[in-house]
Amino acid sequence: MLAQDGLQNNRLAQPDKTALVCGDRRLSYAEVDAMADRLANALIENGVKRGDRVAIFLPNSIEAVIGIFATLKAGGAFVVIHHTVKFEKLSYILGDCQPAALITSAQGVGSKLRTAQESLKLVVLTGSKLCRDGGELGFHWIQKSFPAIRPSVATIDLDLACLVYTSGSSGEPKAVMCDHSNVTFVTSSVIGYLENTAADTVLSVLPLSSGYGLYQALMTLTFGGTLVLESSFAFPVATLEKIGKERVTGFPGVPTVFATMLQMNLSRFDLSSLRYITNAAAALPVSHIQQLATILPAAKIFSMYGLTETKRALYLPPDQVGVRPGSVGIAIPGTEVWIEGPDGERLGPNAIGELMVRGRHVMRGYWRSPEATSKRFRPGPNPGERVCCSGDLFRMDEEGYMYFVGRKDDMVNTRGEKVAPKEIENVLHSLPGVIEAAVVGVPDPIMGQAVKAFVVADAALLKEADVFAYCRSHLQDFMAPKYIEFRSELPKTSSGKVLKRALL
Amino acid sequence: MELAKQIGKYVTENLFYVDDGFEYDDDTSFIGEGLIDSMGVMELLAWVQATFDISVDQQEVTPDNFDSVNKLADFIRRKQSILVHSGV
Repeated sequence: MLAQDGLQNNRLAQPDKTALVCGDRRLSYAEVDAMADRLANALIENGVKRGDRVAIFLPNSIEAVIGIFATLKAGGAFVVIHHTVKFEKLSYILGDCQPAALITSAQGVGSKLRTAQESLKLVVLTGSKLCRDGGELGFHWIQKSFPAIRPSVATIDLDLACLVYTSGSSGEPKAVMCDHSNVTFVTSSVIGYLENTAADTVLSVLPLSSGYGLYQALMTLTFGGTLVLESSFAFPVATLEKIGKERVTGFPGVPTVFATMLQMNLSRFDLSSLRYITNAAAALPVSHIQQLATILPAAKIFSMYGLTETKRALYLPPDQVGVRPGSVGIAIPGTEVWIEGPDGERLGPNAIGELMVRGRHVMRGYWRSPEATSKRFRPGPNPGERVCCSGDLFRMDEEGYMYFVGRKDDMVNTRGEKVAPKEIENVLHSLPGVIEAAVVGVPDPIMGQAVKAFVVADAALLKEADVFAYCRSHLQDFMAPKYIEFRSELPKTSSGKVLKRALL
Repeated sequence: MELAKQIGKYVTENLFYVDDGFEYDDDTSFIGEGLIDSMGVMELLAWVQATFDISVDQQEVTPDNFDSVNKLADFIRRKQSILVHSGV
């Protein structure tokens, strides 16, 4: 089975059913599939071949979803890049994944990159009136000019379906390779425990560039439901009103989303249609779980845990939320997890060790990074099999339910996004006047953790506002420090390494 | 300073830090074009309340009121007009 099969099957089974709602636009399964076929034919005619990467640099939008399925239909692997990524990081990612095509709304960026990025054979511009201009094509022109005929490509389920970029502890993002069998397996497993059916309408505010957001689209178009795609949770009132208007049954969120909701007067919104809510990316505080259970008595609450390298690993069956609200549960259906000690031994209840994950959802490794791959993905018990070392510390209770304890590295989890301090420190060190910098996560009631930077700087050259401004211009919003503290020096170990524990 | 210009100056200096290649005008959607995210909206809300001495209810933080320079300028004018007419 391939990742696009669900959409194609639903085009035949229920062509007129609404598949996608975005802003004021509503598209049926027949329309989504036909648009994806047209774009796929344009990609192929312009040189995209089986296995090529297609970068999608767009906000959550109909065009982004069409771009995902068109790439799959063309035999390529899609790479969704968060639309707030700054130019330097965008250039790095494109240089790393070497896409044959780029789909974007940013005309200036597209033109600039087409010159700089030699692998690019084609730039598709959305929202543009452009027809055809050398290597640039207008999305709408493509929809008028190419046939809605399913391309004939030889993709098999071992081919890559997508690359998903994630923070690397070295400071550079790295891409997780996901083949079609990984994607369809995990899609099916999650649909199974959420008990999704074609009657479900899922509202997603999560970016398609993250695994959590991406799979809302892949899953919903597979089980034949309706996906209401929002660009973000920046306007909570508008989003919550839409839950009632669209009779939304499933609402995936991260702790920041639920913390924001709980600060609002929710009684004025009609949330009665919600059948379930899910939380992932970071642990939901137990008090928030209890408040949500009171406010949404008819909705099942799924606490989940995952990492990009396996997409999802654990979920807490909703009937356990009241029993063990601090747990993120058990292995997702069809997979296995265990906790391992420092010598590779499996640990029993209440011992703390690293969570190990085994199953067909363990992805194929990191793109062009064999060394990082060998650290994270270890050979499994059977030849050719991979086991994922999560890098996260867990403990298990007597009944086998898992509890997140902490990370093995110093990654910060802010607003549901994992952020490598090194990436921020690299930016800080590139600012003239900064002598030394160290970044840590500090507790924050809304964001989970907030980014705090300790800076040793030449006071004559730099003020706090300069550092904030520089970070904003070089880092995505969620990475930019919320706090900056100047220090005359940073605490160090005897070997000269910054002692971050002493900064907390 | 004209209101739209004042807003434009604030968001450009404090929220956008736009790289070249990202073009925008006073009708460009902040969110739709990825110029600011949800935390940016919260910062914008705090700035509007402090700078223009108006109180903004959570229900008013909507795309219609906050998602571009011109929309925000219209919203602030409406709020100020209500304050004047109510004699506050």
